[in-house]
Amino acid sequence: METSIIVSGFGGQGALFAGQLLAYAAMESGKEVTWIPSYGPEMRGGTAHCTVIVGDEPIGAPLVRNPQCVIAMNLPSADKYEPLLKPGGLLVYDDTLVRRALVRDDIRGIAVPAHDIAMRHGSQRLVNVAMLGALLAARPVVELAAIESALRVHLPARHAALLEPNIAVLRAGAGYIGALAGA
Amino acid sequence: MTRELWKGNEALAEAAVRAGVDAFFGYPITPQTELLEYMARRMPELGRTFLQAESEIGAINMVYGAACAGVRAMTSSSSPGISLMQEGLSYIAGSEVPCVLVDIMRGGPGLGNIQPGQGDYFQVTRSAGHGDFHPIVLAPSTVQEAVDLTYLSFDLAFRYRTIVIIAGDGALGQMMEPVEMPPMREPTVDRPDWALSGTAGRAPRIITSLYLDAEELERTNLRLQEKLHAIHTTEQNWESYQTEDAEWLVVAFGTVGRIAKSAVRAARGAGIRAGLFRPISLWPYPEAALDELIERVQGVLVVEMNAGQMLEDVRAIVQGRVPVRFLGRMGGVIPLPDEISAELAHMARMHQRGNGFGSQHRAAERSKIL
Repeated sequence: METSIIVSGFGGQGALFAGQLLAYAAMESGKEVTWIPSYGPEMRGGTAHCTVIVGDEPIGAPLVRNPQCVIAMNLPSADKYEPLLKPGGLLVYDDTLVRRALVRDDIRGIAVPAHDIAMRHGSQRLVNVAMLGALLAARPVVELAAIESALRVHLPARHAALLEPNIAVLRAGAGYIGALAGA
Repeated sequence: MTRELWKGNEALAEAAVRAGVDAFFGYPITPQTELLEYMARRMPELGRTFLQAESEIGAINMVYGAACAGVRAMTSSSSPGISLMQEGLSYIAGSEVPCVLVDIMRGGPGLGNIQPGQGDYFQVTRSAGHGDFHPIVLAPSTVQEAVDLTYLSFDLAFRYRTIVIIAGDGALGQMMEPVEMPPMREPTVDRPDWALSGTAGRAPRIITSLYLDAEELERTNLRLQEKLHAIHTTEQNWESYQTEDAEWLVVAFGTVGRIAKSAVRAARGAGIRAGLFRPISLWPYPEAALDELIERVQGVLVVEMNAGQMLEDVRAIVQGRVPVRFLGRMGGVIPLPDEISAELAHMARMHQRGNGFGSQHRAAERSKIL
């Protein structure tokens, strides 16, 4: 079985890094995985995204036309990927930057107050990991603990002060979904 | 063995380091630049040579010089940069010195763009420079295979005193995948008996590609052709995937080769007996293996990120025995599994009707370029 995930946002929001965390965690969990970024002009201020495929067998195509899961950290990303999601797919989006209702009723949309979660933990730069936590609570492609390990190993040393806040927002993002499910 | 997540470009660089590359010369160009950046950091750490040249022309001529001294020399670039290197490549081929070149192909012609492409197929397999020669061209489809082929490439280059080109594309260069790195080999200190190593205690040697006497140059060419013939017969490399009972054969290389695997799985899920033939060596082309498969299939679908270049090799092997259909995307557009499986479904459908595709398209058809 394969799961395709696209993480998309403004350049600088950490979409590529969130996808890498997922890829590291998948590999450490013994799964097959590919990570492929958009590269080029969009890295400089526009929308940047990456595609992560996680599976049990060696991955063929590292790209998909119709992803199963999307993390949209801004409105252009939601606009681009809502129509492309597979029927039954999952769109997790940040409710601060995506202030509209979803159009499709054949997908599952989850608005996450990722911006608020991130700001509560001290920085809006944490939005990406809060979103990742929310996605994984809704669709457990890998364990949260595997993401935590990946953060400990792969968060660049210059951001060491952000390690604990990242782990906290990962859990808070997941906790938000857990609370939704429990409500 | 531990699996580590590597980006294609950096994995290629580390594989070359572990294969014992002594000297790297290069010039940055997207989507290959991480390879050069990695080498800029890694080679000095190991006391080896890294030099950023003033241009691709400078880089390939530095490779030429280092190769004449018998060291393991390499460079890397992307399509427009490879065009610039052609003169140097021809001199290297004419001088019969070994080197490794990585081409992370992008969209062309001209400056094109920085997205993945396969439009250099003719260039790397046919016309890497003027005169009669072919480099050995290896086309990995995964980051692991890129590592394994790069590790092997110096041995091939030295065994045959030839150019080995690793032909990847922007997708392979930019993507990350789990990799098991091979062990580190120490650079060899011994130089080959043809290398220019200083004449102390021995007679001078000459390495040249200049032969003003016609008969002498013809003799040199005949020797070169003999070597190419030996490479052609011994170095064909390919992967067959689900071909045992296949009726419909996809032929694709590199990134498209792995994408086609997903398409073959999808087609089989829909009841179409599809298989994949993935050339790993683009030169020498794995003719014998494909020739044997053609006897057992109903039709062939060639998929490339170009307007139909490998298609010509496939047509030459098929020789009209079965219909050949072509699906090509250009400009940096990557064909996805659903397009490929839709073509396979179309071929199977037309065949079932007993007309169409079989009778109307004797030789290869360039299908709609989507």
